[in-house]
Amino acid sequence: MGRYLLRRLLQLVPVFIGTTFLIYWLVWSVPGDPFAGKCGDRGCPPNYRAMMTEKYHLDDSIWVQYASYMKNLFQGDFGITFGGREISDIIATSYPNTLKLAVVALAIEAVIGLGAGILTGLRRNGFLDNLVLVSTLFLIALPVFVIGFVLQWVLGVKWGIINPTVSNEMRFSELIVPGFVLGSASMAYIARVARTSIAENRRADYVRTAIAKGLPMRRVVGVHLLRNSLIPVVTLLGTDLGALMGGAIVTEGIFGINGIGRQVLRSIVTKESATVVGIVVVLVVVYLVMNLLVDLLYAALDPRIRYE
Amino acid sequence: MSEQSAAGADGSGRPSGRLLEVDDLRVEFRTRDGVAKVINGVTYHVDAGETLAVLGESGSGKSVTAQTIMGILDTPPGFVTGGEVRFHGKDMLKQSAEQRRRIRGEGIAMIFQDSLSALNPVFTVGFQIAEQFRIRRGLSRSDAKKRAIEMLDQVKIPNAKGRFSNYPHQFSGGMRQRAMIAMSIALDPEVLIADEPTTALDVTVQAQIMDLLGELQRERQMGMILITHDLGVVADVADRIAVMYAGRIVEEANVYDLYRKPAHPYTLGLLNSIPRMDEKGQELRTIKGLPPNLMNIPPGCAFNPRCPMAQPVCRETVPPLLQLGHGRASACHFAEELVNRD
Repeated sequence: MGRYLLRRLLQLVPVFIGTTFLIYWLVWSVPGDPFAGKCGDRGCPPNYRAMMTEKYHLDDSIWVQYASYMKNLFQGDFGITFGGREISDIIATSYPNTLKLAVVALAIEAVIGLGAGILTGLRRNGFLDNLVLVSTLFLIALPVFVIGFVLQWVLGVKWGIINPTVSNEMRFSELIVPGFVLGSASMAYIARVARTSIAENRRADYVRTAIAKGLPMRRVVGVHLLRNSLIPVVTLLGTDLGALMGGAIVTEGIFGINGIGRQVLRSIVTKESATVVGIVVVLVVVYLVMNLLVDLLYAALDPRIRYE
Repeated sequence: MSEQSAAGADGSGRPSGRLLEVDDLRVEFRTRDGVAKVINGVTYHVDAGETLAVLGESGSGKSVTAQTIMGILDTPPGFVTGGEVRFHGKDMLKQSAEQRRRIRGEGIAMIFQDSLSALNPVFTVGFQIAEQFRIRRGLSRSDAKKRAIEMLDQVKIPNAKGRFSNYPHQFSGGMRQRAMIAMSIALDPEVLIADEPTTALDVTVQAQIMDLLGELQRERQMGMILITHDLGVVADVADRIAVMYAGRIVEEANVYDLYRKPAHPYTLGLLNSIPRMDEKGQELRTIKGLPPNLMNIPPGCAFNPRCPMAQPVCRETVPPLLQLGHGRASACHFAEELVNRD
């Protein structure tokens, strides 16, 4: 297990360097003048241009730029925006919001998706099964912004049950609807995967053995059947966790949440290249770590694929 | 072994006082393509301390009968349409799900054919054995572990203590089947059903497993139902043999009688199809034709299209399973002729 972990951690190094370089190169290679529109109609004064060019090594080759950026990054320096704001400060204020939303979305996915999947997998072709199949198809088919705007309008504007937008305190009660919107498609997939997985494993020989041992049905399903059926679901949940933590541009936009997704979008639009790179570097790290955690969890659930 | 088989066969004929009795059991599988009559009136019994071998080709209904006894028949598609399964005289088919659950493992236990798929891949072998002591007997984790290691020891798994925390895929086929046996006898069942316990194993390992099963059966005086299609396996271990064909018992006899003088042409065909050293180089003898389609069993005797002795009566009347004395029975119109020939 230790060696497996070490190998996986070492694998992260080239992936990290490769992805961050690609991002850095792409972002700074976008055609156009990074100073255009920064200083109003008259354009930026030459000494400001010179200072910024010097700070970001804009005259050097991309390799030198990347190397010095990385050097600063490892010292905890994400750099500043053209406006002079610390990029680490932007990340620190917006990332917790994204994390909160991600946790709520993931909880909804896991509880509702998994619950529906288990119930329908055990009892196929009933009313509940058909209901879940139709509603999940509906959720998968609808783009997330449609679900978001419809719920915001119906629940928030028409019926007034929720606030149409989320306040700055980011209370968990306010995040239920945005979390549902964000997690809806994955929730539907999880329900379907869990349903198929349970239904498949239900006829498995080892389930029959567990019944033949005279174990109560609760234990046969809750221990023997569930543990095996969870393996594909966990894979799905894990990849989704990485995606959720990458921020939700659409959902954050609809509900006015100041999350990392909106920050990235804003930075791209305003050509705040340093901010884009900074945020994406953080997201890459989060994604890699999440993936590693999922793989470890996967190995814990299924001993057959364990380490070596 | 032969003295024991005689003793086992002695008591037949009386309906009461049996440990486990299957009486005129009927099971059908309702599928989209139609109804398959899988079990068509199976009657057999097993008493404490005796081994009944149930012999038949795949599809003859021997495993489905066992699943019905255990109460693990997949429903749907399988439905019991008639008959009784009596354990200590009580019809289990009429008992509640909870009553039946309590019998499983403690009253009647089962060993499955493919131990790799029959054991849960994500739990250790030890966990799966100890689980029974914890859930059924309420033992603590550490006591259950102790008992489970004892069980592994009893089925002669070397280094039982170390093996406790291995997963099924870390065991060899033979060791895994031993673990499966340990699991099935953990709660000291009165009847052990072994469904083709050696089919998935190497020949050398097969013999070891059969020896182990025979030993445990004698030590614990269990009634054992050994389901197999392997005539060679049967001869050493079984007291009585019931031969199944198309969901019926076509012949029942003690081992000696059955091998010496089969009372059913199907049994005769099976015995003749065993390869013999003195016929080396000659073509293997087989039973002509294929087992019947269970959705469309031929009228009369189900074996008649393949039977070398078939007469017009065989195509019209289903031969009942008739007692021939000495605890043997045959479902053939010409059973007397077969037994009395020299």
